[in-house]
Amino acid sequence: MLKLSNVETYYGQIQALKGIDMEVQEGKIITLLGANGAGKSTTMKTIAGLLNPKKGTVEFLGEKVTALRPDQLLRKGIALVPEGRAILSSMTVLENLEMGAYHRKDKAVKAEIEEVMQRFPILKERQSQMAGTLSGGQQQMLAIARALLSKPKLLLLDEPSMGLAPLIVADIFNIIKEINSAGTTVLLVEQNAKQALKIADYGYVMETGKIIVEGNAADLLTDPRIVEAYLGRKSTSEQELVKEGN
Amino acid sequence: MLLEQLINGLTLGSIYAIVALGFTLVFGVLGIINMAHGEIFMVGAFVGVMTTGVLGWPLWLAFIASIVVTGILGYLLERMTLRPLRGKKGVSHLAPLISTIGVSILLENLSHHIFGAGNKPFRTEFAEISIEIGSVSIYIVQIVIFVISIVLMIGLSVWLSKTKAGKALRATAENLETASILGVNTKKIITLTVIIASAMGGIAGILVGMAFNSVSPQMGLAIGLKGLAIIILGGMGNVKGAMVGGLILGLSETFLVAYGDSGYRDAIAFIMIIFILLLRPQGIFGSKIAEGR
Ligand SMILES: Nc1ncnc2c1ncn2[C@@H]1O[C@H](COP(=O)(O)OP(=O)(O)O)[C@@H](O)[C@H]1O
Ligand SMILES: [Mg+2]
Repeated sequence: MLKLSNVETYYGQIQALKGIDMEVQEGKIITLLGANGAGKSTTMKTIAGLLNPKKGTVEFLGEKVTALRPDQLLRKGIALVPEGRAILSSMTVLENLEMGAYHRKDKAVKAEIEEVMQRFPILKERQSQMAGTLSGGQQQMLAIARALLSKPKLLLLDEPSMGLAPLIVADIFNIIKEINSAGTTVLLVEQNAKQALKIADYGYVMETGKIIVEGNAADLLTDPRIVEAYLGRKSTSEQELVKEGN
Repeated sequence: MLLEQLINGLTLGSIYAIVALGFTLVFGVLGIINMAHGEIFMVGAFVGVMTTGVLGWPLWLAFIASIVVTGILGYLLERMTLRPLRGKKGVSHLAPLISTIGVSILLENLSHHIFGAGNKPFRTEFAEISIEIGSVSIYIVQIVIFVISIVLMIGLSVWLSKTKAGKALRATAENLETASILGVNTKKIITLTVIIASAMGGIAGILVGMAFNSVSPQMGLAIGLKGLAIIILGGMGNVKGAMVGGLILGLSETFLVAYGDSGYRDAIAFIMIIFILLLRPQGIFGSKIAEGR
């Protein structure tokens, strides 16, 4: 449903993406892995329309969507939960959820917000509190719930487990699986390569702005190159350090 | 006497609050001080003088004319002088500020040219009518000004906190990128914000004209500086801060004139800036517009 062809994105003079080719099949979970600074977030922002590629095309549902604005892409069905969650901290939890359904005009919104709050009881409990007062895990739930209220066909999740305690990370991964079984296609960026590959169907690995490996998630889990670079004990502990550094 | 001064202070303060709201809305969304706001306000006042004085229109129609004219000015300000500078490579972040200064000079000189340098009176049919309550006399004009200001402030607060567009404005003010991925057309919201802010300036222009019975091409600068002082006092981009700050300034000016040295009246705003910057640089409320309630 989503296809990137030879996408090159720049920050001023700095080239962050050096020709990305990628495909996301409808109904699947696709994961995008890679070390810090590889260009994963840049890829996600390019798909969501926050950045415009200098070269290459992005196609969504057979239509060229390359230079569309984020609000236009959202209406086409692409929702991004950005790195660092980006909740609206000085608006209430409920207002954040309402903003998720901003572009919708149908009558079902109210009932769906209620439904989402049933599923995440903490959001119901805190609905009139400023979203900035929530804990990291709760903010992540809010960011995901908010994105779901836009009824996306494709959900882009940029490091949803970042900075969260292991128990909550497990929660988040369960939620991602549920979202996918309910019919939403997911593109998932993760530092947590092992867990991501366990729930994904297909994976891409990036390094310095390029895709270096791609394949079925099950194969990548046992691919020696991946195991050594991203799944080995050494690299996991390094990732922990990086996370604590943030 | 005290009660009368209190009423005078609240009247003046509520006008200041309306002026400051225009500044704070634009600052909240665009992160710039709109230096043309004072002059847009002045144009609004002149539209009031012309429509009521020359054309003989009723006051309510003058308000509508002023809202329309200043709203269009706001639209042009955004489309012609701010948007072309946004998100361009190599454009200094000070460029839009300079741009608004240019517009302010243009508007001031234009009205100088058209209306002449002197003060123009602003007559309303009820200018001299007052009512006596016990020993206190209140002018009808004051009541009208106060009521319009309060209605405007409450209306804006409700609009910001309850409507979809108001929430989108607050989201845009907190984070443009986040608002855009939630489906907000941030370009539209920015334009809407500048239009609303300018139209509020236009309304304030008529209110000041009514309050002081005088309008001049230079009035924009003085009120603009006070508006700035108020949003520094209340917290840049903060709606509540603009309202409270406006009332504080209006009351303190009035009481200084009544019980102290009227020569210092215009100095108060700036003395307040100095103290607030020393003691609480983020302002009294010190956070962003997004909390607009
Ligand atoms: N706003 C920016 N300005 C300039 N360079 C940036 C910016 N954001 C990211 N980069 C650079 O682009 C590269 C890719 O970054 P990013 O996509 O954030 O990586 P990842 O998400 O994989 O950690 C990095 O080298 C980073 O330094
Ligand atoms: Mg990243």
